[in-house]
Amino acid sequence: MAVIVDLAVQGAQMLLVLLLAPLLTGLVRKTKARFLRRRGPPLLQPYRDLVRLMRKEVVLAESASWLFRVIPYIIFAATWVAASLVPTFRTGLLFSWSADLIAIIALLGSARFFLALAGMDVGTSFGGIGSSREVMIASLAEPAMIMVVFTLALVAGSTQLSTMAGALLYSEVGLRVSLGLALVALVMVAIAENARIPVDNPATHLELTMVHEAMVLEYSGRHLALIDLAAALKLLLYLSLIACIFMPWGIARADASLTALGLGLVSYFGKLAVGGLLLALFETSIAKMRVFRVPEFLGAALMLGLLATLLLFVSRSL
Amino acid sequence: MRGLDFDIAHLLAGSLVLISFLQLYQDRLYALINMFAIHALVLALSVAWQAHVQDAPHLYVTAAIALGFKAIVIPVALHRIIVRLGIHREIEKVVGVGAAMLLGMGLVALSMVVMLRVTAGADPLAREDLAFALSVVLLGLLMMVTRRNAVSQVVGFMSLENGLVLAATGAKGMPLVVEISVAFSILIAFIVIGIFLFRIRERFDTVDVQALDIRRGERQ
Amino acid sequence: MLTLVLLCIGALFGVSALAIAIGRSALATPIVYGSSLVVSLLSCLTGVAHLLSGSAVERLTLPLGLPWLGTHFRLDALSAYFLAVVGLGTFAASLFALGYGRHEKTPSRVLPFYSAFLAAMNLVVLADDAFSFLVSWEFMSLSSWALVMAHHREQENVRAGYVYLVMASFGTLALLLAFGLLAGPDGGYGFAEIRDNHPSAVFAALVMILALVGAGSKAGLVPLHAWLPLAHPAAPSHVSALMSGVMTKVAVYGFVRIVFDLVGPPAWWWSIVVLTLGGITAVMGVLYALMQHDLKRLLAYHTVENIGIIFIGLGLALAFKTHGADFAAALAMTAGLLHVFNHSVFKSLLFFGAGAVLTATGERDMEHLGGLIHRMPQTAFVFLVGCAAISALPPLNGFVSEWLTFQAILLSPQLSSWGLKLLVPAVGALLALSAALAAACFVKAFGVTFLGRPRTPAAERAQETDRFSRAAMFFLAALCLVAGILPGLFIDALARVVQAFVGARMPVQAGVEWLSIVPIAESRSSYNGLLVFLFMVISGTLMAFAIHRLASDRLRRAPAWDCGYPDPSPVTQYSASSFAQPIRRVFGTVVFRVREHGEMPPPGDTRPARLTVELHDRVWDALYAPVANAVGFAADRLNRLQFLTIRQFLSLVFASLVTLLLVLAIWP
Repeated sequence: MAVIVDLAVQGAQMLLVLLLAPLLTGLVRKTKARFLRRRGPPLLQPYRDLVRLMRKEVVLAESASWLFRVIPYIIFAATWVAASLVPTFRTGLLFSWSADLIAIIALLGSARFFLALAGMDVGTSFGGIGSSREVMIASLAEPAMIMVVFTLALVAGSTQLSTMAGALLYSEVGLRVSLGLALVALVMVAIAENARIPVDNPATHLELTMVHEAMVLEYSGRHLALIDLAAALKLLLYLSLIACIFMPWGIARADASLTALGLGLVSYFGKLAVGGLLLALFETSIAKMRVFRVPEFLGAALMLGLLATLLLFVSRSL
Repeated sequence: MRGLDFDIAHLLAGSLVLISFLQLYQDRLYALINMFAIHALVLALSVAWQAHVQDAPHLYVTAAIALGFKAIVIPVALHRIIVRLGIHREIEKVVGVGAAMLLGMGLVALSMVVMLRVTAGADPLAREDLAFALSVVLLGLLMMVTRRNAVSQVVGFMSLENGLVLAATGAKGMPLVVEISVAFSILIAFIVIGIFLFRIRERFDTVDVQALDIRRGERQ
Repeated sequence: MLTLVLLCIGALFGVSALAIAIGRSALATPIVYGSSLVVSLLSCLTGVAHLLSGSAVERLTLPLGLPWLGTHFRLDALSAYFLAVVGLGTFAASLFALGYGRHEKTPSRVLPFYSAFLAAMNLVVLADDAFSFLVSWEFMSLSSWALVMAHHREQENVRAGYVYLVMASFGTLALLLAFGLLAGPDGGYGFAEIRDNHPSAVFAALVMILALVGAGSKAGLVPLHAWLPLAHPAAPSHVSALMSGVMTKVAVYGFVRIVFDLVGPPAWWWSIVVLTLGGITAVMGVLYALMQHDLKRLLAYHTVENIGIIFIGLGLALAFKTHGADFAAALAMTAGLLHVFNHSVFKSLLFFGAGAVLTATGERDMEHLGGLIHRMPQTAFVFLVGCAAISALPPLNGFVSEWLTFQAILLSPQLSSWGLKLLVPAVGALLALSAALAAACFVKAFGVTFLGRPRTPAAERAQETDRFSRAAMFFLAALCLVAGILPGLFIDALARVVQAFVGARMPVQAGVEWLSIVPIAESRSSYNGLLVFLFMVISGTLMAFAIHRLASDRLRRAPAWDCGYPDPSPVTQYSASSFAQPIRRVFGTVVFRVREHGEMPPPGDTRPARLTVELHDRVWDALYAPVANAVGFAADRLNRLQFLTIRQFLSLVFASLVTLLLVLAIWP
């Protein structure tokens, strides 16, 4: 019986992240528009965009290969699997032991690897710009993320996300300096990985300012829909990650009752809404950086992560 | 002092180190002064927390001095004057941001090792605060050494002094903390004024205020 | 089993002699490679059997070599493991060479040395006394040198061979001194006697440094790596795969044998040296690789990075062992040794792909390739699997060893030494940095070579390779996937090896449910490659199916959009140097003193603009160039001895005779 409940919860989680991701993107866009004193698109517009794109015919470049057609599915699969393993409203997911936080980061890394290959596939210079800048950003964002993972794992005693969420919620961890530093580093990395201002502008029309958009320039139809959905999932994943580790209040335990699950769901929606609003506020109040300032930004995140890990190596209570 | 008290003290001290790193990262003078204002604000919070936890009301005075003087008065004054004198441009650095960050990391590691080994017998949680304070001092020195602009060097000196105040308040029972803070603040005020006097004299060949007024009238 | 392996080695030597005889006939290639194939398979299976069956250590002494010493051979768990790794690599290379070797223009220069090379590598792993170890080691170096010089008409190959020879001799000298110190004044050169003879702390430290220098130079540790990117690309592709994938692992075996086994209990600071060198090597190797546009040289530099990762694992094992944390040491050592296997598999696969591209197009330079995925689809597919595996992407095998290394780093706060407390987080950051840069490097390698549009007519005319080459590559790609999905098998196989050296082993993985791996405890962390792979496949196919059914599945080909500026010329797409430019600018300005300048001709002048990129190899300038200059200087000075008169030569002889008599007279 317990196994069936666990399976149902895991399945619900997978569906939930898939359904919520476009809503989150819609919320961020609407809030940004409001801050700029525009009305903005409706909240459900991303869903309509996805459906519209899915129905359209794919226009494929003549020099594109079979890999180009397969890559959107690979990216979507990797991101969806990763997003399903991050606890949202309940810890103790059934399959959480199959991939810990390092494996989740690596799954996102493989999605990015294939996306960069897609940029190179058609043989245009814009794809090359996107791919080369993306791997430069990744070469610093991923180590910073790994250092954050180290910090969290050393504090919580495990790299499994469910165990981490439980440890940070229920044991006497308290407010620790290394966690504060890890939070700052994680936010910086999340901004870089999700291609948000100040690292990359997701709404730009100028090709020379693009990183993520330049790689998917040649995609159309259902392929583009999958890639957009995967990007929205990635944003949801990072917000859920920050929420379940640094704001774990309200998340239901592994053996919780139905009311606790409901409470977990409500608090999760609240955290996502708050996260989306803060993201929109942050993006509106800061300008995009020059491309070669991004390594300094991410280098700072790497140093903060390294400092946080170092503090934990050096002292037990930091 | 147990548990949450210590954690908040550590968190505030750690934030001070974080803000020192962010100061090293800035390359615009305007943003640097804002960072310094936040540095002083966090210091004021930290000292106020120590006053609350140690039950030492005279530390509230130090916190007030840090807040009023260093978090509000000096940054506002610096903002106005640098815009007037036209030196609100980029800070020239001797070493790049990446190298400065790496050096900063090394200094923090060094102060951790030194403090935690040298004070092996002392109260374990005060030692870590002292280690953070030493890191802030060293990072302030690093900023003074790696910048060419006089104002940024002054900001580095002031953040160095913030680190000293942090160390002093963290160690329970250090006497004359308030008096020393006031003395340091007056010293800094004189340094800042001195810089601008030299600058004014360079530009206008005089520090006579009346001459400045006449010039301003002409320029309008 | 030991006798079986020795017979196999003897057979390889026999084949080598045969190849000298029939070198010029057309049958030589299939005979030599075919027999090498069979023999390597046999030795690999023997190694695996010994490892899995848990049989006892086997010893054998033959009356060859030095009269008072004989030649000792020993097959224990470590030797069996490395025998399996070597056998697997040589099996794949021989299979590949059955097809690739047909394109060899001078097979008589390659075939005899090939079998001898294989035989020598197997011998090193089995040697049980210093003399046979060193003789086999030198044999390995010399036969691979001969293979590097196979195409000796090209000037760069000659230089590569020269540098290789010098570095190999230097490495052997270091190992000779190490064994001399280990044997001690009594001179017992058998490994059994060396194990009983515990040198003092100073001598043990010297032995460790000498072993690190000697074995490290063969493996490719920075700063002793300079020969590797010159020599590995110069050899024929299957030999490059063997040198990068297998010979470097034999060097790792040498290091493990000396430092973990022969020298006795290690000192606490040894791990600091190994970890620092490993971390620096990992990052420097991949940064060098990113700056290359020659495909084989890029792969050779990348080997340097992976050797760095292996040494990080071994360094952590040393650190844990000296602090008494045997269990953590077992984890770190398993991670390092598993990476030995993983790297030999995917590096060989990548070199085979490069060899296939070389035969198909005649080009090694990536900037003359492009669009090969359309012309060589199967090669492109397996090369992609190799690139994904080496970039440590789940669910393939590269991720498993990297994950285990990270788990070992997460256990290190229990180390009490201050130096390690500061060093291990930094090494962790370096490891993460090198992993991210490796992914960047292989996006570049695969993207510029196989994707995009063909940049030269040679690339446009490429043809798919032959069956044998493809079979070898598919075999290795399948192995990458299997090792990624079922890592528990490999970890359990390594348990005996690790047990012998650190006295503990990782938990038994065979009983873990759903085939996960649990490095420390269930509650701490676990990973299930099979489930991750299945989830990805299921969700991908489900989505594809759903979309194709419910939404649209129409497709139309059209010219590339390219923001409305389509350009038919393939020159406008990104080349290898342009792809690496952001990373070159971020990291290269510091590490390599990169300077880029462009010269634009004045308006009205129709000459093309010119971009020059200048790179300085700091290690070469700081270490190799001064040493070479000093040696040249000393040689010039000593050259004057050539031009003395007869009288002066006689006085030299006379003086030395008188000196020796004086010594005899004065010596008490």
